[in-house]
Amino acid sequence: MSEFDQLYREVILDHYKNPRGHGILDDADAQAEGANPLCGDEVTISVRFAGDGETIDEIGFEGRGCAISQAATSMLTEMVKGRKASEVAELPKEELLDEIGIPLTPIRLKCAILGLGVLKVALHRAKGTPLPEEWRGLSEGLQFD
Amino acid sequence: MAVEASRALDVHRLRADFAVFDELVNGRPFAYLDSASSTQKPRQVLNAMREFYEHSYANVHRGVYTLAERATAGYESAREKVRAFVNAPSNREVIFTRSATEALNLVAYAWGLDNLGPGDVVVVTELEHHANFVPWQFIAKRTGAEFAHIPIDDLGELQLDALDGIVARGNVKVVANNLVSNTLGTINPVERLAEWAHAQGAIMVVDAAQAAPHRAIDVQALGCDFLAFSSHKLCGPSGVGALWGRRELLEEMQPFNLGGEMIRSVALDRTSWNELPYKFEAGTPAIAEAYGFGVAIDYVSAIGLEAIERHEHELLVQAMDLLAEIPGVHVFGPPADRRTGIVSFELDGVHPHDVAQILDWEGVAVRAGHHCTQPLMTRLGVAATSRASFYLYTLPDDVDRLAAGLLKVKETFGV
Repeated sequence: MSEFDQLYREVILDHYKNPRGHGILDDADAQAEGANPLCGDEVTISVRFAGDGETIDEIGFEGRGCAISQAATSMLTEMVKGRKASEVAELPKEELLDEIGIPLTPIRLKCAILGLGVLKVALHRAKGTPLPEEWRGLSEGLQFD
Repeated sequence: MAVEASRALDVHRLRADFAVFDELVNGRPFAYLDSASSTQKPRQVLNAMREFYEHSYANVHRGVYTLAERATAGYESAREKVRAFVNAPSNREVIFTRSATEALNLVAYAWGLDNLGPGDVVVVTELEHHANFVPWQFIAKRTGAEFAHIPIDDLGELQLDALDGIVARGNVKVVANNLVSNTLGTINPVERLAEWAHAQGAIMVVDAAQAAPHRAIDVQALGCDFLAFSSHKLCGPSGVGALWGRRELLEEMQPFNLGGEMIRSVALDRTSWNELPYKFEAGTPAIAEAYGFGVAIDYVSAIGLEAIERHEHELLVQAMDLLAEIPGVHVFGPPADRRTGIVSFELDGVHPHDVAQILDWEGVAVRAGHHCTQPLMTRLGVAATSRASFYLYTLPDDVDRLAAGLLKVKETFGV
């Protein structure tokens, strides 16, 4: 299989066309949005916790962007459902990249991990979970008005 | 001359000047369709710069020794080439900058901070590149001036009937517009806007970064007050651009950057400014790059801007015809006769990033993104577009391969 075919292998296109966990939840306990200014990918993620206030019970996202960014976010929602916020806050991006399972250039890597970053920001805001330096740019927009 | 003008470009011969076209990209010949972003560099420019560095290099306007005089002569000869290229009245009105962006910032800061205030209106357009948008938005806020824009219609052309409403908002002091839209290729009615601006007592600031490489420019015929463009979009090196400005305005303005070279005399308690254009050229400039800029102007001028324009127009018509035949592809912007060789489009169901990625595998380089025109993207209702753009070295075959590549994109995505 050529690199070309791998990048758009069937599972990626399936998640892109039929995203899992699609839609923003009513009465979300945590929510955040983020964008990749380079290519205009946008993702909003909302989360509802189970009775323990810790476990991700429902997760939904909306977004627009390239196949990689949207498919990766769709895969992410399947990956984190049923996990605790503290655990997801520390989830290494390699785990998501393994799931995506295709070689990515540096520029496409940013597309792939956008959703994960947005989720970490949402959990940080709602639960005060740690937000490592590499994700902070997503939650700080510098602007004048 | 007439014979010269009617001759078609010998594109294959021109391509031999660009080493990159000898290479294969992803196993295929390189179809470079991103010249609106930056152009490839011919060996004439590269060789001349190397020669300059090896045999004529020293700092400019300082030493009295032979080499310094040679360097200064080379640098100043480039200024004269820029002047002639845009038909400016005097080379004292030609300022070398780092880029077109820096040239526009120079005007926004050095003219804007001292001439704008509450009750004044700064007018830009909805299809402006961020380089001629953000500085004005920022300086308007800093000075308390109003920030207004001329909207576009669905074809991406300026709606000039909005001008009356803008006048009602205050004293119009600045009108800023690109001569050619970098995203849509729209050729804007800058002469009419300049006339209108002057009737309001405003200055007209033209971003010609996307126009200068592709069509002849005459600042006196345009009737503008400032015009900015860059070297890297017309086969010259990056890191240098030019600003032309009316002498009386430049004379009145305070400097933008301060330091060496731009002074006449410095004392502990006061400094006076150097004469034009040096008042605006603080520090050691991009000497060899400015020289290379001049060589690039010679290169495109020898080919002829009319011939380049006609060649690009043929490619544009070919591209618009081919893309119109592909279901799901929508081209933004005006018809071919009112735009330059730029085609921005979307493909239903596929993000531009994915389009560009798959085209890259076919050896076709296009740009995907907002093209530094986010207000325009908002107006078009898209986050990004794919953009193909042409230059003197673009082959009809490159355009065919773009169309074939789009079919491959559709096949991959099943749309």
